[in-house]
Amino acid sequence: MNSHKITLIRQISRLQRNTRNLHIWLTLYGVLILFLLFTVSPFIINILAAFKNNTEISKGVFRLPEEWLWTNFVKAWMQARFSSYFRSSTIVAISVVSVSSLLSALSGYAFARMKFHLSRYLFIVLLLGMMVPQESYIINLYYQLRKIGLTDTYWGLILPQIGMSVCFGSFWMRAAFSEIPGDLEDAAKMDGCSSFDILWRVMLPLVLPAVLTMAVLFFVWTWNDFLLALVMVTSESLRTLPLGLALFQGRYARDIPLTSAGATIVSLPIIILYLTFQRKFMRGVTTGAVKE
Amino acid sequence: MITLAKGRKILRGTASQSWVAYLYIFPSIAIYAYFILWPIIQTIRLSVFDWDGLTEPVFIGMKNFIELTQDQILHQALLNNLLFIPFFTIFPIAIALFLTALLTRKKVKGFNFFRAAFFLPQVMAMVAVGIVWRWIYNPTFGPLNQTLTFLGLENWTRPWLGDFSFALPAVGLAATWVQYGFSMVLFISGVQHIDENLYDAAKIDGANEFHQFWNVTLPGIRNELSVAMVTSIIAALRIFDLVYVTTRGSPGMKTMVASLWLYRNAFQINRVGYASAIAVLLTLIILVLSYVLLSEGSKR
Repeated sequence: MNSHKITLIRQISRLQRNTRNLHIWLTLYGVLILFLLFTVSPFIINILAAFKNNTEISKGVFRLPEEWLWTNFVKAWMQARFSSYFRSSTIVAISVVSVSSLLSALSGYAFARMKFHLSRYLFIVLLLGMMVPQESYIINLYYQLRKIGLTDTYWGLILPQIGMSVCFGSFWMRAAFSEIPGDLEDAAKMDGCSSFDILWRVMLPLVLPAVLTMAVLFFVWTWNDFLLALVMVTSESLRTLPLGLALFQGRYARDIPLTSAGATIVSLPIIILYLTFQRKFMRGVTTGAVKE
Repeated sequence: MITLAKGRKILRGTASQSWVAYLYIFPSIAIYAYFILWPIIQTIRLSVFDWDGLTEPVFIGMKNFIELTQDQILHQALLNNLLFIPFFTIFPIAIALFLTALLTRKKVKGFNFFRAAFFLPQVMAMVAVGIVWRWIYNPTFGPLNQTLTFLGLENWTRPWLGDFSFALPAVGLAATWVQYGFSMVLFISGVQHIDENLYDAAKIDGANEFHQFWNVTLPGIRNELSVAMVTSIIAALRIFDLVYVTTRGSPGMKTMVASLWLYRNAFQINRVGYASAIAVLLTLIILVLSYVLLSEGSKR
């Protein structure tokens, strides 16, 4: 806090001394604020629209609502079935995140800490899953799952998403487990711990931050996924939020406040998660970029 | 005999440990193999068949791939993917570099706030992004046309997403809006790893801010630049959600893209074999491009 104050005082005195510096700072913040407006204004006008009615929309988009109407949210939630979409998204996301995190920890541990014959090959095969685009398997995934009756079920959304997640997850957890010094493992072995005990009691607590970052990423990928849901799901009761929003928009295209409320409902959980785990998000998404 | 016995003994020694290792990786590998790997292999197989999704597939050799070369819509779609590339790469990367320069070389108050805010669009579902921007471009009361009217620029207003020459750039701008925060966060983390002495040395040589950026910062984030380049080119080649929600390929075929054409063939006009051929082509383009760009990036 004090060092902040000192730098601030230094900055102020420097500004007073030098008008050229003042210009630089003004331009700097001017430009930053300009870009800030460009970045956040779509969010703001969307939220403002969600609280207006249809006649008010046409009067002025940047104007605050005359009366903050919650009716659009209520309508979207009840009538447009966003409550049902929200439930589907939550069921799918929680299943995918928990199972994928567990499986990735197990396989990442084996890849990092154990020697076995096919280790290298299996790892490369998993990496392949990180590189090929979803479009390359979505078609046959559909027909394959149709044959065994998994299309139009939660399983059809959950299992393929786990398949995609564990590719990145194994890669990510292998890196995390590799960083732990070997002495720790040896000491635990001397004490007679089984490999599972070592993983569960010794290693996992040490890589918990990495697991959390990974889980956050899994959640975002699953929550935002559209193509898989579009292809797999036909019943309305199974629709996830992005799918529900996209199809709902086709039907209520003219009701802007209602679609805006829908878009807000879809984005809000992710935004809250993002504001809570900002750094994990940024680190994860930029490292996870290798996947995309 | 002795060597055989020895060999067996060695094998058994490692085998017991292997056995446990396979238990750990089995669940991941099994789910991945069944739900991802096998469908990939099937896509390659189906690309040489004619199949409507119901009757028996008919083997037709390379006919699907020959058709790829004559398919006007696919060519338009690939061209559009190409036209989307600048909106995913050059524009956002330029903005990201500019913001990185602003945010890193001076002690900017509110650095964390700005960085977090610029990254925000990146976490939103593409479907939601599409919905918001579709409204921004709404011809009658969308914010863009309202703003233009307010500024007295009525004759600039147009139905952006329905306009033959503006639809693609309009969708592209939404993509740029999503992308630059991602590149910026990547670049900032790169800059933070640059040795501060390099900047001091440059300052002693009398380099101004711009020269420092050009001669120290840019070379210092070379790797981040190539990662940003590759991931955003791939994003441009794969664009689907955004187009599906905003234009669905209209007007005409002006915003049709490869993955949307693939989707239509597979699930709407039931040409599953042909759609698989498109998938194979798209995957090959993406894999080859990323291989070339990444090996090129690490060579330098």
